[in-house]
Amino acid sequence: MLSISPLVSPTGSSTDFRQLLIQQRREVLDAWVEEQLKQGRVESLPAAELREQCDQFLSLLAGPANSDSILDVNDPAWMPARAFLADLSRSRARLGFSPSETASFVFALKRPLFALLRREFSGNAQQLADQTWLATELLDQLGLLTMEEYQRGREEVIRSQQHEMLELSTPVLMLWDGVLALPLIGTLDSARTQIVMETLLQRIVETGAQIAIIDITGVPTVDTMTAQHLLKTVTATRLMGAECIISGIRPQIAATIVHLGVDLGVVTTKATLADAFRVALSRSGRTVTHGSSDISE
Amino acid sequence: MERIPIIRMGRCLLVTIQVDMYDQLAMTLQHDLTEQIARQGSEGVLLDISALEVVDSFIGRMIANTAAMARVLGADTVLVGMQPAVAITLVELGLSLPGIITARNVEMGMALLDRVATSRS
Repeated sequence: MLSISPLVSPTGSSTDFRQLLIQQRREVLDAWVEEQLKQGRVESLPAAELREQCDQFLSLLAGPANSDSILDVNDPAWMPARAFLADLSRSRARLGFSPSETASFVFALKRPLFALLRREFSGNAQQLADQTWLATELLDQLGLLTMEEYQRGREEVIRSQQHEMLELSTPVLMLWDGVLALPLIGTLDSARTQIVMETLLQRIVETGAQIAIIDITGVPTVDTMTAQHLLKTVTATRLMGAECIISGIRPQIAATIVHLGVDLGVVTTKATLADAFRVALSRSGRTVTHGSSDISE
Repeated sequence: MERIPIIRMGRCLLVTIQVDMYDQLAMTLQHDLTEQIARQGSEGVLLDISALEVVDSFIGRMIANTAAMARVLGADTVLVGMQPAVAITLVELGLSLPGIITARNVEMGMALLDRVATSRS
């Protein structure tokens, strides 16, 4: 653990770079905002809002007055600053900022801060080095924290999108009395298959359907896992006393299934939903005929 | 000792499981059922498990074995009314019960048994 004793100024009062920040706040703030605008990474943010955020962060940075805890950003004294950065990163993650755009918020402070330090401690190389080190260490830690929070924000976005997709993805349609259809769209993974299977079986119980058609026209690729999942669904349906037909198998997918050596065995498969529906009707003892049209008369 | 009743309906036997299955009960049922089939020369067994909410690998295997034994004794088994959770569990356990006929409810099961029996005779 690095320990740098708080600087003792000639007047005897303890000081470090953050006191300079408080004294020269306006100047640092201007330079910082300008730096960020110059890097052109915050165009989508109104300048006033950016300035407001910077201003707030400067106050928080000066907050923990105890110099002992300055390098430990996990110290409770840093709580408000951490919370502020977390909020900022997450909101930027949601607004679609890139990682570097988000991290530059903290890192852009370095240039104006170091310029200030160089000016203030121009006569004292020892102090300049110490304070520069202290500042860079602190800003790096805060920068890393920003990235972590940014990542967390992105993951939240992904999670919520996944959740929405799952909700969208499993409609079970009633095609006819006793015939259900389940059009699948998108890649089938384990989590999704589980939901698909549960929804389908539940609907079979509710409707007393005897035939279920799983249509995979919208499934882009079928690998061994997907085939495995499909077979499980078919088997579970059979166990419940209903029949399952798989339809919408495109030629490429048929080729893949054969090349992979997947044995669809006893499962009835059809190329189109219409074919499958015809099979379903005939199995339940119905026939479709062209009725005589009364329109011409 | 608790037993699951086996009801004779013509040439078929009807077994309705209304309680939670535990291992001993399943073994007793298997024993009783095979005895009855042998004694009465039944041609079909209708196993209604619509009240069964939970299965484990043992019960799953017992069902499969009982059906296989019935088959050897000359009776077809129709399994009716399986709950979704039970079906998913059996599939996940790898027990797909091949060779067992299934139906949604007792009525459809009876019709199926009749059809199978007619096609065989």
